[in-house]
Amino acid sequence: MNPRETMMDVSELKRPRRWHILVFLTPALLIYTAVMILPLIETLRQSFFNTVDGEYTFVGLGNFSVLFGDPRWASDFWNALRNNVVFFLIHMAVQNPIGIALAAMLSVPKLRFSTFYRTAIFLPTLLSFVIVGFIWKLILSPIWGVAPYLMDLVGLKWLFAPWLGRPDSALIAVSLISVWQYIGIPMMLIYAALLNIPDEVIEAAELDGITGWSQFWKIKLPLILPAIGIVSILTFVGNFNAFDLIYTVQGALAGPDGSTDILGTLLYRTFFGFQLQLGDRSMGATIATVMFLIILAGVSLYLFVIQRRMRRYQF
Amino acid sequence: MTRTTINGLLLASSILGSAGLAQAQDVTLTIESWRNDDLAIWQEKLIPAFESKHPGIKVVFSPSAPTEYNAALNAKLDAGSAGDLITCRPFDASLELYNKKHLVDLTGLAGMENFSDVAKSAWTTDDGKTAFCVPMASVIHGFIYNKDAFDQLGLSVPTTEDEFFAVLDKIKADGNYIPMAMGTKDLWEAATMGYQNIGPNYWKGEEGRLALIKGEQKLTDEPWVEPYRVLAKWRDYLGDGFEAQTYPDSQNLFTLGRAAIYPAGSWEIAGFNTQAEFKMGAFPPPVKKAGDTCYISDHNDIGIGLNAKSPNAEAAKTFLTWVASPEFADIYANALPGFFSLNSTAVTMTDPLAQEFVSWREKCKSTIRSTYQILSRGTPNLENETWVASANVINGTETPEEAAKKLQEGLESWYKPAK
Repeated sequence: MNPRETMMDVSELKRPRRWHILVFLTPALLIYTAVMILPLIETLRQSFFNTVDGEYTFVGLGNFSVLFGDPRWASDFWNALRNNVVFFLIHMAVQNPIGIALAAMLSVPKLRFSTFYRTAIFLPTLLSFVIVGFIWKLILSPIWGVAPYLMDLVGLKWLFAPWLGRPDSALIAVSLISVWQYIGIPMMLIYAALLNIPDEVIEAAELDGITGWSQFWKIKLPLILPAIGIVSILTFVGNFNAFDLIYTVQGALAGPDGSTDILGTLLYRTFFGFQLQLGDRSMGATIATVMFLIILAGVSLYLFVIQRRMRRYQF
Repeated sequence: MTRTTINGLLLASSILGSAGLAQAQDVTLTIESWRNDDLAIWQEKLIPAFESKHPGIKVVFSPSAPTEYNAALNAKLDAGSAGDLITCRPFDASLELYNKKHLVDLTGLAGMENFSDVAKSAWTTDDGKTAFCVPMASVIHGFIYNKDAFDQLGLSVPTTEDEFFAVLDKIKADGNYIPMAMGTKDLWEAATMGYQNIGPNYWKGEEGRLALIKGEQKLTDEPWVEPYRVLAKWRDYLGDGFEAQTYPDSQNLFTLGRAAIYPAGSWEIAGFNTQAEFKMGAFPPPVKKAGDTCYISDHNDIGIGLNAKSPNAEAAKTFLTWVASPEFADIYANALPGFFSLNSTAVTMTDPLAQEFVSWREKCKSTIRSTYQILSRGTPNLENETWVASANVINGTETPEEAAKKLQEGLESWYKPAK
C-alpha cells in the first residue's frame, strides 16, 4: 500500500461533521433570504395577480398580455427597453474602452502621480448619485452653467445646446454623466488584472521584441479578457437596473417626452405612482419580473456561452 | 461628547413626556399635514387663537415632508396611529381615504354652510352629496410681472391675447429682459403655469371642464386645442435654453430681475416678496378679445378632515367648525399670502400682490384645474400626460393638434363618461 491511500482511508473514517460551515453560512443565508430571495419570489408571485372588480385574484399571464398587448403599455415598455439598450450600448462603447485605456496608462511604470490620478478618477464613483446628478444639472444649465461659459471662452458657444432638455440629446447626455460617474470601476478592475500579469511574461515578450502598443494588443489584452468580461456583465446588470441618476437628473417622468425613460423609471412610476397617478402594484411587479428575466437572460448568455469559450491562462 | 448629547436628549424627552402626562385631562388633537413650511404659523398664530377660546382642547400640528405625506399617512391610517385631524389633498387621494372609511362624513358639520359648492368640490363624493373635508385654501393662477421693468419700458398691463403678445414683443425688442421666465425641463411648469393657467379662458372654465367630464366635449375640440396653439407661440419669448430650464431656475431668473413676466401660481407670493428687490404686480390670464368674460384657475389645494378612528371626535368637530369660521380664514390668509381662503365671507388681506390675485374672483369666473377631478383616475394618467404634452408643444416637438389627439386617445382608452 502506498502511503497516500492510507491517508485517504483514515480521513474518510474520521471525518467530523463540519458544523462550523453551517454556523458561518446561516446568518448570511438568513439575511439574504429575508431581504433578497423572499421579496423576489413575492414580486414574481404578484405579477400573476391583479385586482379584478375589486377582488384580488390570480390572473395567470393576464398582466403580461396587458403589458405587451395593450398599445399604450407596450409602447411605454418598448420605449423604455429601447432607451435602456441605448444606455447600455453607450456605456459599453464609451465607459469600458476608456476604462481600459486609463488602466493601461496607469500601469505604465514610469507614470508619475499615478496614485493621484487613480484616486481622482475613482472618486466620482464614491459620490452619491444625488450629488452627481445635481452637479451635472448645474454644469449643463444654460442659465448658470459652467459649460456654456467655458465654451464661450474658447469661442465654441454656438456648439452649446440645452442638451438635457432636448428629446434627441437628453439620453446621450444622461448616459455620459453615468459614464463619468462609474468609469472608475472598469478602470480599477482592469488595472488589477494588468498588475496580475507576471513580469516574466512581459520580459519574455520584450526579449522576443514585442514592445509598446503591440505588446498591449498581443500580450496584455488577451490576458485581461476575463476581467473585461466581468466588467461587461457588471455594466449590463447595472444599466438594466439603473434608475437613480435618471430620476435625479430628469425626474420620475424621465422627460422630455419620455426620451430618457428606462425600465427602472417606468417601474418606479408604475409601482409607486406619481403625482395624481396612483401606484399599480400588479403591473409594477410585472415590469419588475420582465426586468428580472432580461437580466437573467443576459447573465446566462454570458455564463454559459461567452465565459466557456474564453481562454484562460495559468501562470 | 456624543453620549452626553444623547443623554441630554433622553433626559429632556422624559421630562417633556411627563409634562405631557400632567395635562392629560385636557383633550389633545393632533393634525397630520404635509405643509411643514407652515409649522411656525400654526404654532404661533392659529393654535393659540383656537386654544384661547376653547380651554380644555390642546392642538398639536405635526407635519411630514410633502413628498412622503401620502404614503406615510396611508400607513398610519392603516395602522390606526394617525392623528385626529387629517389635512386633505384635493380630489382622488382624499376621496380614496373616505371610501376606505378613514375619513368621516362632514356634510352636516356646523360651519360647512360657509362654503360654496365649487369650494367643496375637491372633497365631495362624485354625486356631490357628501362632503368629507373642510376646505381651507386655494391657489390662483395668473402672471406676476416686474413693475419696474414695465415702467422703464413704458408698458401697460395686457388684458387681451393680442396685447399680451405685443407686450412680449416690446420686451424682446428692448433686449434687457427675458420676456417670460418659464422652462420645460420639469414638465409640470408647462402644464400648470402654462396650459392650466391660460386654458380656462378658452374652454370657459367650469362649463368646459364639466362638459369634458360628461363626455360632451373632447380634448380635440377647439376650446381645448387653442390654448396649446397659444402656448406654442410662447416659445419665442422664453429664455435661451428653456428646454433645460428647471422650476427653481425660472423662479431665480424672475426674482433676480432678469425676466419681466412670470407665469405664476399664487403660492409664489410669499417667496417672491422676500426674494425680489423690485416692485411686482400681477395680471390675470389675458382674454381672447376685449370684453370677453375672464376665467381664472382658482384651484382648491388644502382641506382638513376628521380621522374616523379619532377618540376625540367631539373636540375635533369643534376645531373643524372653527376652521370653517371667518376668523380662521382671516388669520390663515394673512399669515400665508397666496393661499386664499375658500370661505364665502370676504377676507381682508394686507399683502398687495395677494389682494390683486384675489380681486380677480370678483370680475372673473373661477374654475379648478381641468385634469384633477375624476379624469386622472386611470392609466394613462391624464395629468401626467398633460405635463408631457404641454412641454412637447412648447418645445415644438409636437403640434397642438397631435398633442390633443394623443391626450384624447389616452383618456378614451379607459374613461367612459356616465350618460
